[in-house]
Amino acid sequence: MPGIALRHDFGPGGFTLDAAFDVPDRGVTALFGPSGCGKSTILAAVAGLLRPRAGRVEIGGAVVLDTSRGVFVPPERRRCGVVFQDARLFPHLSVETNLRYGQRRAPRDAAGPGFEEVVALLGIGHLLDRRPSGLSGGERQRVALGRALLARPRILLMDEPLAALDAARRAEVLPFLARLRDAAGMPILYVTHALDEVDALADHLVLLEAGRVVAAGPVAALAARTDLPLAARRDAGVLLDCQVARASEEGLTTLDFPGGTLATTLHPGPPGTRLRVRVRARDVAVATLEPHGISTRNILRGTLAEITPVPGTAEAFVRVAVGPSDILARITRDSVARLGLAQGMALWALVKAVTFDHRVVGAAAQDAPREED
Amino acid sequence: MILGLTAEEWQAVRLSLEVASRSVIVSLVPAIGIAWLLARGRFPGRMLLDALVHLPLVVPPVVVGWGLLMLFGVRGPIGGPLNDWFGIRLVFTTEGAALATAVMSFPLIVRSVRLGLEHVDPGLEAAARTLGAGPVDRFLTVTLPLMSPGILAGAVTAFAAGLGEFGAVITFVSNIPGETQTLPLAIYSATQTPGGEAVAARLAGVSFVLAMGGLLLAEVIARRMHLLLGRG
Repeated sequence: MPGIALRHDFGPGGFTLDAAFDVPDRGVTALFGPSGCGKSTILAAVAGLLRPRAGRVEIGGAVVLDTSRGVFVPPERRRCGVVFQDARLFPHLSVETNLRYGQRRAPRDAAGPGFEEVVALLGIGHLLDRRPSGLSGGERQRVALGRALLARPRILLMDEPLAALDAARRAEVLPFLARLRDAAGMPILYVTHALDEVDALADHLVLLEAGRVVAAGPVAALAARTDLPLAARRDAGVLLDCQVARASEEGLTTLDFPGGTLATTLHPGPPGTRLRVRVRARDVAVATLEPHGISTRNILRGTLAEITPVPGTAEAFVRVAVGPSDILARITRDSVARLGLAQGMALWALVKAVTFDHRVVGAAAQDAPREED
Repeated sequence: MILGLTAEEWQAVRLSLEVASRSVIVSLVPAIGIAWLLARGRFPGRMLLDALVHLPLVVPPVVVGWGLLMLFGVRGPIGGPLNDWFGIRLVFTTEGAALATAVMSFPLIVRSVRLGLEHVDPGLEAAARTLGAGPVDRFLTVTLPLMSPGILAGAVTAFAAGLGEFGAVITFVSNIPGETQTLPLAIYSATQTPGGEAVAARLAGVSFVLAMGGLLLAEVIARRMHLLLGRG
């Protein structure tokens, strides 16, 4: 498991980076935090493009940085595949030569997907003879993904790969990122400040603030916590790993999640499609009696697990355990008092079927992205 | 007579072309190295090196020629050993003319190459590093191709300017027909000869055409290269 521990000082007046975390061997680990929290610096230090004041970085069993022992492996020998925000394709080379640039320089015995496989995975076969200047932003980023993957890296480092794209281009590239994640078979460290990218792609989350790790762990576990900066966001809420249970009828799709089902107006794909749904706490209401004569489609019976007042507001988070899953509701403290809510009591969580939107649904792993011409 | 020029006049034209090309060939690689140091290097004395390289632009060419005579003369600190050990003599030779021309046009090449280098996005070199390219590898495959418009433009400009180098050449290697008498020197000689006005006018015309052609060629090449590199 790649391990990263870094200390670095930013110029006068800046803060000190002091972060340590592990990157699980499989899946996407998202480094998430506001702009300027040091997440891109961490990525540059892992790639070797920046020399931190102190630190240790281990990738695939090899120590590539250990300032205490004077170890500094230069970037060209670290075998980190980096995807930059601005693609950085070589403008004087064709798309195919760009793709093969890292492949030609990879160790002969390094395993990884072949050229044809990567080209098919990213849907860039029709671009091979073109120059980077003739590509759209989304196409460039897809080529950059392929170029990094073909270099047979031990880890993929992505530095806000979607941040420079407009909404349409992001939507175009995101499914390819999900495919790449499932096909890459290597750890991916993904820097972003966009929560929807975390929802769609990340398995693990490292929360950063002013150069420090606030929390690290599985994405769903961190999203369900009320003591993190995440909880202060408008879109705070739990993430549920769902699967499409049966085909849509009358415009409604039924999703299974551990502990129950949800009806949604989304059409994420055929039965079996896996997706992750963000159920925003402010979209959830609670009732102490099973409600009748109400339009809300999703009425989930559970047990009140915890009440957490939101500091500085008149609101509170109510955690409802529905089977093995948790649902968070953000309600007024007045309601908590009025309903006499207490830990352990039976509670119904009400989630409107129209409150999930497409932006927060992703990671439809079996859903092949459409290729653009 | 071809194109209205006599054999002697053609000789001056050929010699000018030879001296200018040799000067460019000699100075290209050092110019790339110095431009690299000036654009990317962080070392004490960088400003001094910068000033030294640009010196021939501001010092009278005659002074440069005199300096070369002092250094590379058969009894000079560099010319002496060259002559004694290798039998290489630069004064009064075509090679010497090329050296004097190279020194004079060196700042032009360095400036142009440096501009070309400053156009190269260091982010692309960083990307090449992460893809496994070592220093020489990424210089040859990324930096050099991307700075090539600057190199080519510098070479052509220096060539065009080298055709007309006068002061440094005449001071260092004198004015020997067939050996060191380049176009401008031949024009000078013609103006000093009674009845040489017609010769001077013809050679001046040739000189003008060559210089103009060189500058236009540099512009065309630069545009082509930028298009090729996707900079439109």
